[in-house]
Amino acid sequence: MQQLIDIVQKWVAGYLQFLEPVPIEIWYILFMFIFAGVVLGMVMLFAGVASYAERKVAGHMQSRHGPNRVGPHGVLQFVADGIKLVLKEDLIPDAADKILFRFAPYIVFLGCFAVFAAFPFSMVFGQSLGITNLNIGLLYVLAISSIVVVGIIMAGWASGNKWSLLGGLRSAAQIVSYEVPIGVSFLTIVMIAGTLDLFEITRQQDGGFWRWFVFRYPPFTMSAFFIYFVASLAETNRVPFDIPEAESEIVAGYHTEYSGMRFSFFYMSEYGNMLAVSSLATIVFLGGFQSVLPFHILPGNWFVIEGLCWFFGKALFLVFVQMWLRWTLPRYRVDQLMHLAWKVLLPFAFVNIMGIGIWMLI
Amino acid sequence: MPESETAKQSEGFSELSRAVSTFVGEELVINFGPQHPSMHGVLRLIVKSEGEIVSEITPVIGYLHRGMEKIAERLNYHQFMPYTDRIDYLASMNCNFAYAATVEKLAGIEIPKRAEYIRVIMAELNRIASHLVFFGTAGLESGAWTPIVYAFREREYIVDLFDMTCGQRLTYNYFRIGGVADDLPKGFMEKARAFCDYFEPKIKEYNELLSYNEIFIKRTANVAVLPPETAVKYSVTGPNLRASGVKWDLRKNEPYSIYPEIDFDIPVSSGEKGMVGDTWNRYIIRMREMEESVKIIRQCLDKIPEGDYLTKVPRLFKAPPGEVYCRFENPRGELGFYLISDGGKSPYRLKIRTPSFAHLWVLPEISTGGMISDLIVAFGSLDLVVPEIDR
Repeated sequence: MQQLIDIVQKWVAGYLQFLEPVPIEIWYILFMFIFAGVVLGMVMLFAGVASYAERKVAGHMQSRHGPNRVGPHGVLQFVADGIKLVLKEDLIPDAADKILFRFAPYIVFLGCFAVFAAFPFSMVFGQSLGITNLNIGLLYVLAISSIVVVGIIMAGWASGNKWSLLGGLRSAAQIVSYEVPIGVSFLTIVMIAGTLDLFEITRQQDGGFWRWFVFRYPPFTMSAFFIYFVASLAETNRVPFDIPEAESEIVAGYHTEYSGMRFSFFYMSEYGNMLAVSSLATIVFLGGFQSVLPFHILPGNWFVIEGLCWFFGKALFLVFVQMWLRWTLPRYRVDQLMHLAWKVLLPFAFVNIMGIGIWMLI
Repeated sequence: MPESETAKQSEGFSELSRAVSTFVGEELVINFGPQHPSMHGVLRLIVKSEGEIVSEITPVIGYLHRGMEKIAERLNYHQFMPYTDRIDYLASMNCNFAYAATVEKLAGIEIPKRAEYIRVIMAELNRIASHLVFFGTAGLESGAWTPIVYAFREREYIVDLFDMTCGQRLTYNYFRIGGVADDLPKGFMEKARAFCDYFEPKIKEYNELLSYNEIFIKRTANVAVLPPETAVKYSVTGPNLRASGVKWDLRKNEPYSIYPEIDFDIPVSSGEKGMVGDTWNRYIIRMREMEESVKIIRQCLDKIPEGDYLTKVPRLFKAPPGEVYCRFENPRGELGFYLISDGGKSPYRLKIRTPSFAHLWVLPEISTGGMISDLIVAFGSLDLVVPEIDR
């Protein structure tokens, strides 16, 4: 963002002198809104397209068609759904805590939305193409993505429904537990890279896929990647860890009472979260915007396009894997989920840290 | 709840549930159903739970009561046949079969051999169809979505066969007192054989997808264990009883129709993945029964004789005074008709013994002390059909 503001200031100094009295703070606020709009558009568009893709993937896996009525191959289905959701009646139960009930979907959405602020999507002029480049990017992402759980508990509690409450509390237990293996598995990468800066982490993975962190110290980083991926499924409430919504058990849990657009906010944030955790996996383990090959296909600053393709290619593949799992696996039980987090993933994550520590010392 | 009792009830559950269920906290009373997505029909369970641990289950039935047994007393013997379709909508043919055979036994009507074969083919096809729905819902209740679509894909072939035979796709009113309504249509035999060939590999696919999935085994093995003594005490029958390790199948133990002439096995659980009588065993028994049913259908298709398919029974025939109780192996267990005739043109009294009714009452026994997720999976594994409970 700073670079763009610098560029704008140069322009203002050179050609748009009548804008000079506008103070720098206004430019900051303006750019903040522009970037927020870009990310919001991206997340919402992704959520729409992903909801369509999910149904198509499910359709192919289950030998049925999926949406195929609105537009060619049903591609406009998500638009139709969006219109339908906006037009639907907005119900709030009598027993609900109305203020929290209204507020919860935004908090959930905020959690997934704010994560994107720190991602380097590509590289341009040797700088990170993203909203901002934080030197504590990884920490920021971990911290901000946990806001989702607050919204979910809020929704579960405010619905005034026992099923929702159970869903909300299940979610609290689950997401909080799975943050721990995620954090610890990232520590291995932080040890290797020596930084929390996501752009710097990506830059260190330049030069072919064998330079990606996932292949760097083979048994340890691979297992760290696996631990992260499993835990990220739990973070996004996807099968086999969709325990907070568990339709067959607690009737969709925390979002049972939500209808129309409020409901779709939960769904958008679920898909947004899928993209967020996949992007993070891409950045930290799979080389982010770096190419599979040791050289760049597009020369010079044109690399920005290539980088975007690599980045989203990898991230979307991981999103696809998440969908694939959803239509294959049954769901864990709450205690088994806890068992997996604390007794399986976490010890292995610690073993990784020790292993890499020893390897680096040798 | 006394501690010893709690420990007994939660036998077979995970360590965590056991630890938590001994702890007395605030109870949450929640209503399961009648609209809950996992209630097969309209059943209501009043569940008391301490957090996720179920401490008391009270089933509430009667949302679908139709007074079927009373209706039988007002109609003549033929007229009651369509009502039997509705006893168990997933196994209409089997219910038809049971009622027709009961009346025939009371009235001493002999039916042609060909009709017997047709009846067994239909009954076994319907058993597969019913178990397929079970397979689908078992997946759904454990959180897997794909099985139900696969199950319905295959069930559609069976429904097509029924459609060409009797023109209906859910309540197949095909059986008549004295035989079946019509002969097998042209092309039925080939299609039925093709179905057998098509279906057998699919069972393997199901096993790969769900039965031997690690998570599914974790969810179901050692969950909601029904020991054989309890099963017998609650008069549990059918696959649920055989899953508890009791080899009891009316097709073998009290053979009726042409079952003695056919070679097939009765799958009994041996506790492959957990304890005998757990949820996984109740599931896998049905998968194995489908294989056996395919075997039976194949043999029937090979052996079916030419000839008449219906003994003409007068429209207003009168059964001689007397009483009879006949029981039949339905997909869900023992379906019994207790029929009393006073010599009139309609039954004096008809009592229907349905398997699901007995199975429902073991649910509190096996699920108390477990978690809500276990309750759902155990409930699904009992394969209840609520209209059958309420009649």
